[in-house]
Amino acid sequence: MIEPIKPPRRKNPLLRTRLPASPPRPRSRTSHGFTRAAAEGRFMLQSCEACGSFAYPAREACPSCLSAGLAFVDAPRRGTLLAETTARVPSDVYFRERAPWRIGLVKMDCGPTIVAHLHADCAEGAPVRMSFQLDKSGQAVAFAHPEGETPNMADDKQWREMTADPKFRRVLVTNGRSVIGQEAVAALKAAGAKTVFVGVAEPWRPFAGERLLRGQDGIEIVTLDAADEKSAADLAADIGGKVDILINTTEYVRPGGLLDRRGTSIARDEIDQAYLGFINLAQAFGPAMRMRGADGINNSAAWVNILSVYALANWPAFGAYSASQAACLSLSHCLRAELRPGGVRVMNLFAGPVDTEWFQTVPPPKVAPRAIAQAIVSGLRGGLEELYVGDVAEEIRQRLAANPKALERELDR
Amino acid sequence: MTKTLRTPYDGVVIAAPVTIPYVRYSIESAQWWIGRALSALVAQAGIKASDIDGLCVSSFTMGTDSGVGLTQHFGLCVRWLDTIPLGGASAIAGLRKAARAVQAHDADIVACVAGDTNHVDSFRLTLENFSRFNQDAVYPYGAGGANASFALIARNYMRTFGVTREDVGRIAVAQRTNALRNPHALMKAPLTMEQYLAARPISDPIHLFDCVMPCAGAEAFLVMREETAASLDLPAARLLSTIERHNAFADDPMQVRGGWAMDIGDLYAMAGVKPDDLDVVQTYDDYPVITMMQFEDLGFCKKGEGAEFVRQHDLTIDGDFPHNTSGGQLSVGQAGAAGAYLGLVEGLRQVLGTAGPTQVRNASLALASGFGMINYDRGLASGAAILAGPSR
Repeated sequence: MIEPIKPPRRKNPLLRTRLPASPPRPRSRTSHGFTRAAAEGRFMLQSCEACGSFAYPAREACPSCLSAGLAFVDAPRRGTLLAETTARVPSDVYFRERAPWRIGLVKMDCGPTIVAHLHADCAEGAPVRMSFQLDKSGQAVAFAHPEGETPNMADDKQWREMTADPKFRRVLVTNGRSVIGQEAVAALKAAGAKTVFVGVAEPWRPFAGERLLRGQDGIEIVTLDAADEKSAADLAADIGGKVDILINTTEYVRPGGLLDRRGTSIARDEIDQAYLGFINLAQAFGPAMRMRGADGINNSAAWVNILSVYALANWPAFGAYSASQAACLSLSHCLRAELRPGGVRVMNLFAGPVDTEWFQTVPPPKVAPRAIAQAIVSGLRGGLEELYVGDVAEEIRQRLAANPKALERELDR
Repeated sequence: MTKTLRTPYDGVVIAAPVTIPYVRYSIESAQWWIGRALSALVAQAGIKASDIDGLCVSSFTMGTDSGVGLTQHFGLCVRWLDTIPLGGASAIAGLRKAARAVQAHDADIVACVAGDTNHVDSFRLTLENFSRFNQDAVYPYGAGGANASFALIARNYMRTFGVTREDVGRIAVAQRTNALRNPHALMKAPLTMEQYLAARPISDPIHLFDCVMPCAGAEAFLVMREETAASLDLPAARLLSTIERHNAFADDPMQVRGGWAMDIGDLYAMAGVKPDDLDVVQTYDDYPVITMMQFEDLGFCKKGEGAEFVRQHDLTIDGDFPHNTSGGQLSVGQAGAAGAYLGLVEGLRQVLGTAGPTQVRNASLALASGFGMINYDRGLASGAAILAGPSR
């Protein structure tokens, strides 16, 4: 039974901020099969293509038949907790600061035995449900949950290390003029965020949906034009130490590729808004977030980018836009590496065409802004790194994995 | 009694038990400790270093060196060489290989040595870099090291067989009593059952006095043929039998027995003795619960009766079941791979009658066991050997 976490008290400015430490990071290359699973919220184990048995930890040959054909496949999540222990004096700084820390040995119904972090409501001899999570060093770890729902489940101390739950955290949504931004604000408030700062460029200019934001409890409109370096820096000087989660909702969609456009002015705008805007935000807010990765209940926890799934494969009808998104995707990997020492996760949410004005001529299915907002919350709560929202995004993901050349040809229609 | 088809160790003897007294922390390297042990071997046996024509080395902290680098380092020219990275099973495994080498005249005098240093950060580095499965699937989970892994095994064992902390504590307390007679033991204060039970928890149910203290030190012995020992006028013990097993009982969901249980018939059949005949027993005591498991698996009692066995017996030097007479790793210290040698070297001293203050009266038959390498969820390597002194 878990006590609900309490709202954090106001921080004493005279006290030193505890610096983040990382749990052990080294892994074998094969073991990163679990990193991929954890990034997408899947539970995958190696399964032998020859004899069908499951194996764990990551192996190079099947321990039942010595076949090298060990593929990572989605596996049944159910197991039984055989034994548990509480590490009270670990040798590693990260765990020492968080001790006592509970771990256990889980016998999976599908065969292997897994050492796992335990949710506090897991009991010896009882069934558990397993997941792979990304820990504060960004590496995959096995996590055992009780089989059913328990009260205040998400408030478990060890689980909260694996996630970026918005509860009691302060969030910056960078663009409140967009529908996605406004839906994100509502979803994050509903998820228990303490404060949602909403960036609006030139806030004196009225905009649709403004009444949903202005004067609402726990929502603060702040001046932010991400494409403007000084604007981002000014805001960070004001609230940079209070941003626990940053949702980069920058949106700049224009149709067209290369040959039917004249000159580079539109492309330059796309780069200014999406790519350089991302850089401005990262340089303004990233350093403080990286510093505050272990700063109590409302430590800095996540950076979220909303990207077009065409960042992964160029869609010539929106070809230059696709390229600007690809640049942002690449930059997100750089940001992920640089935020990693702080334990701050970077979550990329990939969406197909959204049901907004700039995709007006695109036939359905299109993604509703509200679905993106809900995916942001569930991704943060689940501690994910990659999220595909909507049918188009999911299809592109699968087709890219199956045959990138086929996808390239078929996007040219 | 089980029949064995294995070739007897006829004519194989062990001599010159060497212990380089342990220290908690050392600024010297593993190579320094191994060098001291080799020097002591040569001095004790009254031979020249050039008489050593076989070398078997175990260490966790030699850095990039293996046995071959050590030959040049120490000016040895050998025709038989082995490096054995089996942790707590290294001494038994090394002895087995060396015995066959001298028996077949591949070598005449094999020096078996284990040594490790312990700098202030050595132990953490060893934990971090122990094995691939450990790196991938154990260390990132609380970084509790062997304590956490053995805690899971201990908890399951104790629950399954109704073992209490007090039962396990009898082993640790008796070993401390023995250690008080060993001037080289790092633990010098008496340990009562009350103190044992009141110790601070490390990783439940493992408490402070269930854990060994990492330290620096070295242990060694010589393996040769009987006639070589005679020509050197060296007191020596005969090797009667050995067993070794790795990754036994892989289908047990959790470890409740080690590989000994698979080979125990062989061990006693080859030696031609029964468990009751043994005068002194040296188990591998990285945790007392693992010792209790060995009492069962080595045939002193049935599975699940280990707790009753320790309640019924006095495990001290003067008791009815003299066990880990030097104090064992729990009270002497765990000098890395030398911890594997501690019991075997002490057992050798016992049957040679040279154990001094820890000597068991009239000891002539000793068993020493080894256990090592908690690669993932269980100790993988196990072994045991039976030695007979000159009086038998």
